[in-house]
Amino acid sequence: MRRMLFEKTGKAIWMSHLDTMRLMQRAFRRAGVVLHHSQGFTPHAYVSMLLPLSVGTESVCEIMEYELDSDLTIRAEDMNAVLPEGVRIREVYQSDRKAKYLTFLDVELTLEYDAGVLPDAAEKINGLFHGSNLIVEKRTKRGMEETDILPMIHRLSVAEQNHLLKLNARISAQNPALNPSLLTAAIERYLPQYRPDFVRYRRVEVYDENGEIFR
Amino acid sequence: MMKKLERILPTVQKPARYVGGEYNQIIKNKNEIDIRVAFCFPDTYEIGMSNLGMRILYAVMNRMNGVWCERVFAPWGDMEEAMRKNDLPLYALESGDALTEFDMLAFTIGYEMSYTNILNMLQLGNIPLRTQERKGLKHMVFAGGACAYNPEPLADFVDFFCIGEGEEITPEVLELYRTAKREDWSKDRFLLEVSKLDGIYVPSFYEHHYYENGTLKSITPKNGAPMKVTKRIVQNLDDALYPTDIIIPNTEIVHDRSNLEVMRGCIRGCRFCQAGFTYRPVRPRSAELLLKQAVESLENSGCHEITLSSLSTSDYRCLPELAEKMQDYCTPRKINLSLPSLRADNFSRELMLRLQKVRKSGLTFAPEAGTQRLRDAINKNVTEEEILETCAIAFEGGWNNVKLYFMLGLPTETDEDVLGIAELVYKILKTWREHASNKKRGVRIHVATAYFVPKPFTPFQWEKQISPEEYIRRQRLLKEHMPSKSIEYNWHAADLSRLEAVLARGDRRLCKVLEEAVKRGAKLDGWDEYFSYQIWLDSFAACGIDPDFYTTRGYDAEELLPWEVISDGVSTAFLKKERERAYRSETTPDCRSKCSGCGANCLLEGGKCDA
Repeated sequence: MRRMLFEKTGKAIWMSHLDTMRLMQRAFRRAGVVLHHSQGFTPHAYVSMLLPLSVGTESVCEIMEYELDSDLTIRAEDMNAVLPEGVRIREVYQSDRKAKYLTFLDVELTLEYDAGVLPDAAEKINGLFHGSNLIVEKRTKRGMEETDILPMIHRLSVAEQNHLLKLNARISAQNPALNPSLLTAAIERYLPQYRPDFVRYRRVEVYDENGEIFR
Repeated sequence: MMKKLERILPTVQKPARYVGGEYNQIIKNKNEIDIRVAFCFPDTYEIGMSNLGMRILYAVMNRMNGVWCERVFAPWGDMEEAMRKNDLPLYALESGDALTEFDMLAFTIGYEMSYTNILNMLQLGNIPLRTQERKGLKHMVFAGGACAYNPEPLADFVDFFCIGEGEEITPEVLELYRTAKREDWSKDRFLLEVSKLDGIYVPSFYEHHYYENGTLKSITPKNGAPMKVTKRIVQNLDDALYPTDIIIPNTEIVHDRSNLEVMRGCIRGCRFCQAGFTYRPVRPRSAELLLKQAVESLENSGCHEITLSSLSTSDYRCLPELAEKMQDYCTPRKINLSLPSLRADNFSRELMLRLQKVRKSGLTFAPEAGTQRLRDAINKNVTEEEILETCAIAFEGGWNNVKLYFMLGLPTETDEDVLGIAELVYKILKTWREHASNKKRGVRIHVATAYFVPKPFTPFQWEKQISPEEYIRRQRLLKEHMPSKSIEYNWHAADLSRLEAVLARGDRRLCKVLEEAVKRGAKLDGWDEYFSYQIWLDSFAACGIDPDFYTTRGYDAEELLPWEVISDGVSTAFLKKERERAYRSETTPDCRSKCSGCGANCLLEGGKCDA
């Protein structure tokens, strides 16, 4: 399978998943490559993202799969020359690991406190995620549901850094996926006094079921 | 500012439209810039980024040394609210700088119902609304576009208007501004000098006086301002800048495709169509150049669709060879070639069937009127036979979706004409029954009626608009006569079209109504989500202005019109002749068959029009 590892930072984080798909389809054309198209009434270029990224989340570990009609090869530089600011291809490669083996995702949350970080915030928040369960409200197709998110958090640490809190977590990437915003929702629900004024989300790395980096 | 913006963005819909950073946006070094232009489009990003004029003028201005032109769009309601709450002023996408940082604010105006957005955007940018409140050279507000032909409802807010095509006049204006800035001119001096450029209208240089009955008595130019301001045109389209390296949005816009402009002007002369007159004379672009621009545009953008646009693309002489060559390029690359505004003639039918190979889109007709008599009166030269023949071929080819556009309230329209629409629609249904290749899939006929708005610079510029009550009666009459399940009937809201009619032929007394409406919260009037008729009615009442004066009253043929100073090159005598012919249901041949002497050829060097 042909894949590219790319990052989405800066202004580009505001693009939606569909926008990113469209962007990539065009970028291939700009780089002089025609993607393999589906047959049918409205042919679609074959591009897919292994883990769709939410609007507003930064990532340095996005993986895209694509198909070409020919044996043409394409270089990261060729793509980067035609991509907008914030979207950068890091690696172009072939892989035989199926997408379903992508199991864990490392995320970093930056918690901003306009009035400064409370002295025991890191400790309290860390404690919250190391209890026996952590029930938050989650929006599902059936409406709001209560879910225990702890089984989906495999590792988590909180540290203060330059007047901010950094929360690093390894979470379940799919089946089921944990939306990192639920980490914030847990803080807001159980530790309202430590509610951040703003949170930045960043995807750092993806792993397989054995904790090896997934490509 | 960036911090404020960052915190707002996760809370609004489609934040990608508020950050810029797209492929091909132009970033310049502020230290090398002496004129900063905020190019403001008075509607959302999705609409503005699809606008051909904006694409062209963005390139024209940014090709100039020392000029940096950036884009500004109207925020959607949620964003506006968040901006106001967080005290974030309206900013340009490229630099993120607030409007107050800019020397000039340029608006392109294509739709009357975006007027409130102009005022609202100025307000959001902390720029004083009225010309007289902006004292120095800084924050010079100028405007152009289709609505600039009757600039009067905006006369108190816009410092000067550029009439006609902007490719040449815009650099002239900017160069003059550069001199003014260097030599530290007063605003008055700049306006005086800019009014001497051909095609520039400075509204504050004209005094309007009225009779007691409210009609215009006189328009008096001051400061040596010209009695006639004639629109500017590009003599030869092949020499005009057409950018093929345009900004590619990071998010979906209305027309998400490459666009070629094959010609300007239209040979048809439909009597209701303002563009059909104001874009005269007809000027084509050469097929050779278009093909080159097509390849460049597609390679630079990566779009998988390209469209050939003009007011009537079937009338582009080299369409057969251009379409064939473009198809040769597009088909192997899986690019769709789309041709809007095709006529229902033989060639177009054949072309349509060929294009179907790439993708099958819907079939659209704009007969505008239901009977041949009325179509003749409005000079819409499409016959029922042509429509039915095209439909038959299309249905045989597997199409099962037809869209039909009509207007209600056209001059001389009777109930017979209204019912003629239903008859035509049923004939199309019958054609489908006789010709459909696959009847199981059924057929959808979408019928839409608009409420006729008389526009300046057309033969109908003096006509009455029918009353909203009458429009609704005719719309209901039509609905009653189209009960089939295969027909979907949509109609334009009466309120909006009534206001459009007021503003289209309005005078400068409407400035205070606009200001009042904005004060009361009017914005994004073109969007159902925000349009509030009540705000407008209250604003008219507060200002003591009767909207009917501009709509159902009609303008007397001898009356002084608010837009009298502006000329698009077409003579008033010609418009009057066309109006008379309309009353007799007489068509006028297209410009290619026979010149009818509209006068627009005088705008061309040598005076010869190549229709």
